[in-house]
Amino acid sequence: MTTRSTPRVLGAALAAAALIVILSIKLNSFRDYQIAEIAIEVTAVAGLTILTGLSGQISLGNGAFMAVGAYTTALLLLHLNWPWVAVLVLAAVITAAAGAVVGVAAARLHGPYLAGATLLLGVALPSVAYAYTGFFGGDQGLDVNFTTPAFLGLNFPLTRWEAWVCSAAALVTLVLLANLGRSRVGRSWRAVRDDEVAAALAGVNVAAARVLAFVVSAACAGLAGGLLAIVTGLVAPGAFTITLSIALLTAAVIGGLGTLPGAVWGSLVIVLVPTYATDVATSHGLSSSVASNIPLAAYGAVLIVVMLIFPQGIQGAVRWALGLFGISAGPGWRSADVSSVQPHEKEGTQ
Amino acid sequence: MKRSNRLRVPALAVMAAAALAVAACSSNSSPTPVTGSSSTSSATGSANAPLTASAPGITATSILIGSHQPLTGPAAPGYSEIAPASAAYFAYVNAHGGVYGRDINYKYLDDGYNPTTTATVVRQLVLQNNVYGIFDGLGTPTHLAVESFLNAQKVPDVFVASGCNCWDQPTADPETFGWQLDYIREGKILGQYIAQHFKGKKIGYFYQDDEFGMDGVKGLDYEIPKSMVVSRQSYVDTNVNVAPQVAALRASGAQVVVSFSIPAFTALLKLTSLKLGFSPTLVVSNVGSDPITLSGLLESFAKQGGATVNGNSLTNGMITDSYAPSLGSASNSWIALFKKVHDQYDAKAPFDGNVLYGMGVAYTFVQAMLKAGRNPTRADLVNAINAGLPQGPLVAPYAYSMTDHDGVTGAYIGVINNGALTPEGPVLVTDASATGAITPYTPAQPAAPASGIPAP
Repeated sequence: MTTRSTPRVLGAALAAAALIVILSIKLNSFRDYQIAEIAIEVTAVAGLTILTGLSGQISLGNGAFMAVGAYTTALLLLHLNWPWVAVLVLAAVITAAAGAVVGVAAARLHGPYLAGATLLLGVALPSVAYAYTGFFGGDQGLDVNFTTPAFLGLNFPLTRWEAWVCSAAALVTLVLLANLGRSRVGRSWRAVRDDEVAAALAGVNVAAARVLAFVVSAACAGLAGGLLAIVTGLVAPGAFTITLSIALLTAAVIGGLGTLPGAVWGSLVIVLVPTYATDVATSHGLSSSVASNIPLAAYGAVLIVVMLIFPQGIQGAVRWALGLFGISAGPGWRSADVSSVQPHEKEGTQ
Repeated sequence: MKRSNRLRVPALAVMAAAALAVAACSSNSSPTPVTGSSSTSSATGSANAPLTASAPGITATSILIGSHQPLTGPAAPGYSEIAPASAAYFAYVNAHGGVYGRDINYKYLDDGYNPTTTATVVRQLVLQNNVYGIFDGLGTPTHLAVESFLNAQKVPDVFVASGCNCWDQPTADPETFGWQLDYIREGKILGQYIAQHFKGKKIGYFYQDDEFGMDGVKGLDYEIPKSMVVSRQSYVDTNVNVAPQVAALRASGAQVVVSFSIPAFTALLKLTSLKLGFSPTLVVSNVGSDPITLSGLLESFAKQGGATVNGNSLTNGMITDSYAPSLGSASNSWIALFKKVHDQYDAKAPFDGNVLYGMGVAYTFVQAMLKAGRNPTRADLVNAINAGLPQGPLVAPYAYSMTDHDGVTGAYIGVINNGALTPEGPVLVTDASATGAITPYTPAQPAAPASGIPAP
């Protein structure tokens, strides 16, 4: 089964890559930048959706993991001037190590206690940058220099290159996570999520599975943080507030918890809705005190509407719509619906 | 085994849909901006030359400029008044003939004081909306996130709303200009006043633990002998409990406390001192001492703590500095002008220091645009500012030159009385170096033009 599915996932990823390349050439620079932003969001949200949807653990601290990845990237580029690919990989690895530390603690906690502990992480960790101003640059942060490679020529737009790099990273992440989710590891996560005692009796090492989920999720967040650093050109603590962690979780939930396509939908909403709402608000001559709050209101409204109509997120809506037309993507769909409902129920009872 | 299919990603479908969504939103996509060329000499085009679309963001009838502002979030109270005040002044200019007949359209976007959002909205303004320049981008960490981008794109980045010394890098960042008094100069001016007026007293520092506070302390230390400073306490703006710092200042026996703080923390410092029975003379930097903002904060914070205070009586006697005319002096022609514009175009906002700031910086921008010529390129604006701007609504001249991109160079000391600033002593000007002298600036501030619009 795996041997047959892997080429399919790979093929789909390659097709998506080709599409992104075409789009990035057709669209203007700012849209390229948004593609990069979406890809970064997808990378981080995919990791979180695996953690929360598959292994049943919640994290309000993934914004802090992004900060770890971003600062790692900035420091390595600044002091050692490593090639960016190596830097991004190392950012993911170092953040994964941080995730392991948190995961060991997290494996002992459930429900609101886990949320509280990770919330603490999300609030406290970025403040470390203020404590060691000399090393982390304090409030001003660290500059990150990222340019187009020479072989693309002098006039190649930087934003297009950023869109390519981020999309490539996001696609690689999605392919790896898709395979991981289908593997023995993914099965043990689901087993642990649904019933820890049963999973333990069936021979799953519950603690190890839970820690591993944190490690994977942190690695994704670290990679996303690294990408964010090279795209924005600055790493400052103001970018990694608790709002970021909550936005990531929001994207995962709104898109459809536990599903990778849901991570893409959620990221699209998070990145595009505020920009679109700002455009609408400012182009209709509203007073600035009203206009400036419309993006926040729109964001909230979308969240409420999606959760009311499609408790399984946008991906749930897509499945429902496909079902109306009698389209089914294979025998897996029905059972997928059932299992994706469970995290919600589970959380409610914890 | 059935469940294992759940993660088989229909990646193509998702990505395609994502791509379509992006494409759908780009209906107003525009061609890649042409960056300003420095070779044209249109700056002094003949008076009758037809108006042309001489640069990105400039058409025959309009000038589009952009900005990033904290309209929501923790920095919004007070600061969110600045951009609407600038827009109000531009509306006034537009109603009176505009800049060479062009209307100024000011598009300011909310960044919530988050540098990542700043990076996004400024790229949107430059790459998507094709603005002529970025005007009055607010905040140090936020604007630092876009400074190198704007300079790489050769987009004028004028009059950043922050007193960081970092905007003065004419070689590395030739497009970027400061406007307000930088914190080092301000620290020096306050420091000299303290050293002269509080000889032999014990001085305590209270400052924000970032570039703002540290630049201020640097300036103070240039002027105040080390032996006078008995305690140095810093705070981070995310922790509202300043009792430990105030207790340490009290224990050190400080008789004068200098505070480089934002308004909320000036209020916290004052209230916490009251609670601990500590009443030193307070010297507060301009940023944290707007009497109207401060009085409101003091009253609302005290209310949260279950007490009732009179904000104005608590700010009485506070010493501060200002680089703009005092709001209280109704006879000042600049205050009269901006009050008039405020009442007509921005009446909902209180007429406070933030509004004065927004109008003043907008006036300076119109000065620069008029100087840049009838059909300016982007480079023309930068060249016009590099050639120096005449003194405008601020009490001291600007530093602008080829080699200096700092804004106003001086301020006067004042004391807050009944919610208004009473000037005390002359305007003092200085530079940002350790040894630069602080000298009185005697020429009277030129009056505001009767039309309210700078002369070309």
